[in-house]
Amino acid sequence: MENRIEKRIELKAPVSRVWRALTDYREFGEWFRVKLDGPFVTGEISRGYITWPGYEHLKWEAVVQKMEPERLFSFTWHPYSIDPAVDYSKETPTLVEFRLEKTESGTLLLLTESGFENLPAHRLPEAFLRNDGGWTQQMKNIEIHVTQNP
Amino acid sequence: MSRKTLSQAPVFRALGDETRLTLLAKLCCGEPYSITRLTEGSKLTRQAITKHLRVLERAEIVRRVHAGRESLYQLDPTPINEAKRYLDVVSEQWDQALSSLRAFVEAP
Repeated sequence: MENRIEKRIELKAPVSRVWRALTDYREFGEWFRVKLDGPFVTGEISRGYITWPGYEHLKWEAVVQKMEPERLFSFTWHPYSIDPAVDYSKETPTLVEFRLEKTESGTLLLLTESGFENLPAHRLPEAFLRNDGGWTQQMKNIEIHVTQNP
Repeated sequence: MSRKTLSQAPVFRALGDETRLTLLAKLCCGEPYSITRLTEGSKLTRQAITKHLRVLERAEIVRRVHAGRESLYQLDPTPINEAKRYLDVVSEQWDQALSSLRAFVEAP
């Protein structure tokens, strides 16, 4: 079974634009729906709060690993650590990598999340499974919101 | 088998090995197998196979059932299904996040 996630999308925007959306903490917060305390700095912890409606009580925390301008942005985190009652800090984090490549029409973005082999697979909170439909709907609302309010 | 025990099971790591995947392929249909049968057709020794079965057993992917003096191993599909469902959820969240990113950077 695959224990990593890989996504590739073509974006009709220059690499510099995508890089800014990924690494400027305010811009990242806009599309990822998280309010971050300050800029991303390599090797430092990035903290903030989720701004998805209904999930505002949830903290965001990641450790910035690499920032190679317009090429690679990576951080480690505890994916979807959305149960405030669970201490995720003892779990080995997963690694999220955004790789950018220039294309004729814009930018190719390659996303990988790896390291799931170190994660207890069953810690997905039951509350989350129950809320899954609602969460998915929230994400769709966001997409509509972002598209309509550029 | 409690939820708490399950939460400690390193399922993804247990699955990240060719030999163990081969063993699971044999066990896939739910029929219990003895170590002897699981060793058949393998280049590995009985001891090596037993070691791999222990890893799967600890992750609660297979369980040991006793048939007389012999130990049989049987697949429990629950942890694998849950692991897969977990990855599906994370994967879907990324689809949504990347689609928000697209809307954000492609906005005029």
